Amino acid sequence: MKGAYAVFRKEMSLYFVSPIAYVAVGAFLFLAGVFFQGILAEATEYSMRAAMQAMQFGTPFEFDVPSQVMRGFFGVCGTLMLFIIPMLTMGAYAEEQRRGTMELLMTSPITDLEIVLGKYAAALSLFLIMLLPTVLQMVIMFRASDPEPPWRLLVCGYMGLVLLGGSLLAIGQFISSITESQVVAVFLTFVAFLMLWVMDFVVRGSSGSVLNALGQYVSILQHLNDFVRGVVDSSSLIYYASLIVLGLFLTLRSLDSMRWRRA
Amino acid sequence: MIEVESLTKQYGAVRAVDQITFRVEKGEILGFLGPNGAGKTTTMRILTGFLPATSGTARVAGFDVFEKSLEVRKRIGYLPENPPIYPELSVRGYLDAVARLKQVPSERRKARVDAAMEMARVTEKSGELIKRLSRGYKQRVGLAQALVHDPEVIILDEPTVGLDPKQIIEVRHLIKSLAGNHTIILSTHILPEVSMTCDRVVIINQGRIVTDMPVSTGAQERTGEVVLAEVKPGGGGAQAVRTLLERISGVRSVKLETPDGTGHVQARMECQPGRDLRSRMAAELVGQGHELFELRTSRVSLEEIFLRVTTQEPQGSPAAEAPKAETPAAGAEG
Repeated sequence: MKGAYAVFRKEMSLYFVSPIAYVAVGAFLFLAGVFFQGILAEATEYSMRAAMQAMQFGTPFEFDVPSQVMRGFFGVCGTLMLFIIPMLTMGAYAEEQRRGTMELLMTSPITDLEIVLGKYAAALSLFLIMLLPTVLQMVIMFRASDPEPPWRLLVCGYMGLVLLGGSLLAIGQFISSITESQVVAVFLTFVAFLMLWVMDFVVRGSSGSVLNALGQYVSILQHLNDFVRGVVDSSSLIYYASLIVLGLFLTLRSLDSMRWRRA
Repeated sequence: MIEVESLTKQYGAVRAVDQITFRVEKGEILGFLGPNGAGKTTTMRILTGFLPATSGTARVAGFDVFEKSLEVRKRIGYLPENPPIYPELSVRGYLDAVARLKQVPSERRKARVDAAMEMARVTEKSGELIKRLSRGYKQRVGLAQALVHDPEVIILDEPTVGLDPKQIIEVRHLIKSLAGNHTIILSTHILPEVSMTCDRVVIINQGRIVTDMPVSTGAQERTGEVVLAEVKPGGGGAQAVRTLLERISGVRSVKLETPDGTGHVQARMECQPGRDLRSRMAAELVGQGHELFELRTSRVSLEEIFLRVTTQEPQGSPAAEAPKAETPAAGAEG
């Protein structure tokens, strides 16, 4: 796995000298911040109104601001990721093929699997770096809440986001490996992600049929909801894990086919 | 060091490399010469483990390039036609990354990067971003990349493309200085490059090897010397000049050309190797009353051999290196 580490190092050093990573991470953090602020303001306002109503009628008042905000915010993060991650993955293989550096990687004494794993680990690391500042917002909110909500909720939520992001990255990198053009890669990845997203709407609209259950299972954002509710559902874990493995496996096959079809 | 046996690469219907066989001994510089699209790049890509062959075998340092690809790749430094560089990195940063990819042990890495930069003469640019370098420097960074892990075998695909004449000479010197410790294959379509740098030349055309010979002696031994003369014929005209020249022993053939206007005749004599017949010719020509304007030897250049072997019988469709090129044409018809 020394080879995978070499690829990882190379990828990371390229991320930090290319504008794409900064733009994508910056855009994500900006938008996530705006949404966080909006969701928090709305939730606190709602809770104030509820509290006033409760005082008027003398009924006991209960409104869980942090988990409400978390649910909203993580949903937004998941949606934002559908737009940001294509930008993080579009260059992974497409750019290397266009520049001819794929030839350098593929004639180095490292296996194709090491290339795939190194690149994936690098993309995942960048993604974690992107996600990290949002943890700060959540921690501040959790600390400011009274009573303090269970931290398990936060851990589960982020676990879900990382798994979702990891799946999207694996799919995105695969799509990048089938073309030499970053534009084509980003476009196809968008389309693929949007289809996953649209599936989410379709599922919400229909009611308890077999199709619905199936759609529920296939929809990539549905599985995030379990995690955000603080539930680690093994079926969701398996779902995301299989997406990641599938993405990496297809990428590996795609590298192999590069050798056979390359003229 | 390198043994290639009946190697074939088929792209769909196109045979880019057809049953080629050759060997390169340790320390030798082999020139791989051929017109564009002859299959040079494909052959090199097979040797470097980038492409699998359709059939046949290739061994580098005793390892089969397909079975033991990683072992082979450890021992090969490869400069593809377009240097595989990351423009956003500095020269040192890039070479360090390549050294890691090539599994250079960490304690030797810095020394190897320095050595490679020294050899390729890019040391003074080590801190600069590659995208700010000129084409020539980029090419040399590519060369440094091929040397960074001190490989036994170095494969260079058109290493002097895009360089200015001074840089070309430097690169040729570098390549020559690497021979001995390293086994080198370089491809080119520039003929003088082969005669200047290589020990042996393999000429490849339409995927087949048409000539495999040592550079220094081969050309003359195979075809002998050529003498060129410019004569203004006296009595008897051009025909008299021909018969006179043909009578001289050692002359194998005489070709005459009469460029218009001047009344001069250009004669081209192929002679037996190792004999300089010029003084004899001069004496005969002048003795018979012809006016001699010029007389010089012309060694049969690689160029002539190259043209001779690559222009005869253009059979079938040329073995293109890029079968993709056929698709747009097919699309246009449909």
